Amino acid sequence: MKTVKSSFKFHGGVHPEYHKDLARDKAIEAIPLPGTLVISMSQHLGAPAKCIVKPGDKVVKGQLIGEKGGFISANVHASACGTVKSIELKQGAAGGYANAVVLETEASDETAYMPPLDWKTATKEELLKRVEDAGICGMGGAGFPSSVKLNPPPDKHCEYLILNGAECEPYLTADFRMMLERADRVRTGVEIMRKVLNGPAVRIAVEANKPEAIAALEKAFADIEGNVEIVVLPVLYPQGSEKHQIYATVKRIVPEGGLPIEVGCVVENIGTVAAIADAVTLGKPLIERVTTVTGDGVNDPKNVLAPCGTRYEDMVAFAGGAKEDVRKVLSGGPMMGFNVADMSISTTKTTSGLTLLTEKSVFQYSSHPCINCGTCLRACPMSLNPAAISCAVESDDIAFAEKYGVMNCIECGACSFSCPAYRDVTQNCRRAKAAIRTRIAREKAATAAAAEKRS
Amino acid sequence: MSAVLIAIGVVAGVGAVAALALAIADKYLAVQEDPRIGLITAALPGANCGGCGFPGCDGYARALVAGTAANGACSAADDKCVAEIAKILGVAATATEKRVAIVHCCGTRSNAIRVGDYNGIADCAAAAAVAGGDKGCRFGCLGYGACANVCPKHAISIVDGLAKVDKRLCIGCGKCVNVCPRRVIELVPAKATVHVLCNNPLRGPDVRKVCQVGCMGCHLCEKNSGGKEAGHFTFDGFLAKVNYENYPTDGALVGKCPAKCIVEDAHFESGH
Repeated sequence: MKTVKSSFKFHGGVHPEYHKDLARDKAIEAIPLPGTLVISMSQHLGAPAKCIVKPGDKVVKGQLIGEKGGFISANVHASACGTVKSIELKQGAAGGYANAVVLETEASDETAYMPPLDWKTATKEELLKRVEDAGICGMGGAGFPSSVKLNPPPDKHCEYLILNGAECEPYLTADFRMMLERADRVRTGVEIMRKVLNGPAVRIAVEANKPEAIAALEKAFADIEGNVEIVVLPVLYPQGSEKHQIYATVKRIVPEGGLPIEVGCVVENIGTVAAIADAVTLGKPLIERVTTVTGDGVNDPKNVLAPCGTRYEDMVAFAGGAKEDVRKVLSGGPMMGFNVADMSISTTKTTSGLTLLTEKSVFQYSSHPCINCGTCLRACPMSLNPAAISCAVESDDIAFAEKYGVMNCIECGACSFSCPAYRDVTQNCRRAKAAIRTRIAREKAATAAAAEKRS
Repeated sequence: MSAVLIAIGVVAGVGAVAALALAIADKYLAVQEDPRIGLITAALPGANCGGCGFPGCDGYARALVAGTAANGACSAADDKCVAEIAKILGVAATATEKRVAIVHCCGTRSNAIRVGDYNGIADCAAAAAVAGGDKGCRFGCLGYGACANVCPKHAISIVDGLAKVDKRLCIGCGKCVNVCPRRVIELVPAKATVHVLCNNPLRGPDVRKVCQVGCMGCHLCEKNSGGKEAGHFTFDGFLAKVNYENYPTDGALVGKCPAKCIVEDAHFESGH
């Protein structure tokens, strides 16, 4: 075990103000059980889970309530004991709608966890099955199901397991507190994952602005065997992006449209690794997570351990309530987060933070024409030409945007952040990506229909 | 003086030679084209909207002559136009009904409850992607004018945060129907005069939370139009819809809607 400094710097990136001091020193606090939980069936990437409970059913904490609905999907479990009140179509933070179980909770210590496994004696298949059963998905934001990540196709070999502890998003401190307070759980998780992936080298990537976390990890991993390194990354946004982290730690480049496994890497978020440890050693499915409730719009910013499905209003109330002049509420941080307009939206497995900003810190702008300064080109970590793409999208030239590689855009927001003309560059890229995806889906449907007609 | 004459002579000479060459080319290199194509193109509305699925009116005319398109695929052509095309083609005309677009929403800025400010790209799909737009209702018109931007006849205007279609200008090409991310625009018979201007199928209390003029599914319109048997209205959840196969004509229904979302001749006249 050693600690090294990363010497590989990717192109671009920006330095937003981090504001992490708001919740940095607040220990993780568990929220008192809210009266109502709204547990979405679509907390992960891929197909939503199939709901297997009916209104009126009694459920126990940890009980399976949604079965994975496809290969890329994840199970959903009840986050608390209680009665299913209804099953409704509810809006998620990203704007999409999915079925959600509205649960009226009751205080009870009863749990329906799976039997604990001893990871040292359990087989690889058992461990993988457990990760799948526990409904674990990436907790960094995208929510890619971990069972799929940990089960690479037979022709691909995982050489590096990279732990993402960069947390480059401003304001958020959930992963930082996790590393500080639960470093031992992270270690157990790493050992389990290492076993499942046939012993890859482990790289724990942490940004240099978290020296306490690095010290805690060094202590927890001190006597670990094998090729394990803590890689200290320079402070740069978007250091936590999967592709950029792979480049910064092992200097490999993920091919266009490809997954990290194609260059022999698996990247998992710190929270996910700890959740895997809990799922195996305690049998506890992924039903709660640490969410940072922060921003200058809350009275008492803190890191909250809350059951998945806690409504945002309950989260904010626990953090001392919102100030009167809150102007903007973001699910996530200010760079990648989603604007929310409804505080009855509930947290999911991927809600890493809730940022409330007041009038003072929200910049109201209007977009101006591009001045061709090229600042966004220097900022784009994917080396795209956001200015040209944005202008093309504004004149509905989606084909041009596609030719200029808009599908590689990771929507990190560095271009909009750096634009001196306040253009909605990232939003235009998103628009182009959505249009291209719709077109591809339509073409696929047309091909399928044509094939059916022929047969 | 002579230089001027020479110049005139040269230009006239070149002109004469070129005219001769063109006359010969016109006679010997002419492409034989069905004369009906030109006649049909002239008879068509000429909007080149592409609503028929062919590249413009000329493309449609060619397809008609080739027999690969049905006379009536042009939604902009009225009965007179269809009859004329049928005459040119030498076939019997089929009756068509002029259809126009209507926006099933009356949530203006004052009626619809707004849940936030949106100051990103002024486009409906882009606004819908950010927390579902700034209006609380997720079924209604967003009011950023994606439909107005694609309308080939400039028949759609955004008035007070709501798209309105000018019935006189609308040719029923359906471009707006396809571009709307909320699917709130529909092509309806131009003769129908009574419309339900709401697209929210949720229960009354949920609708009221987001809009002052949303349909609550009280079925009063159905009762007042002769009951279920009359079949003038259909219901989707808690949303009344006019059955445009059998549309009501009684203007008295309008005043009786407690939600005030039934209107008579909703088509806005922009005065273009």
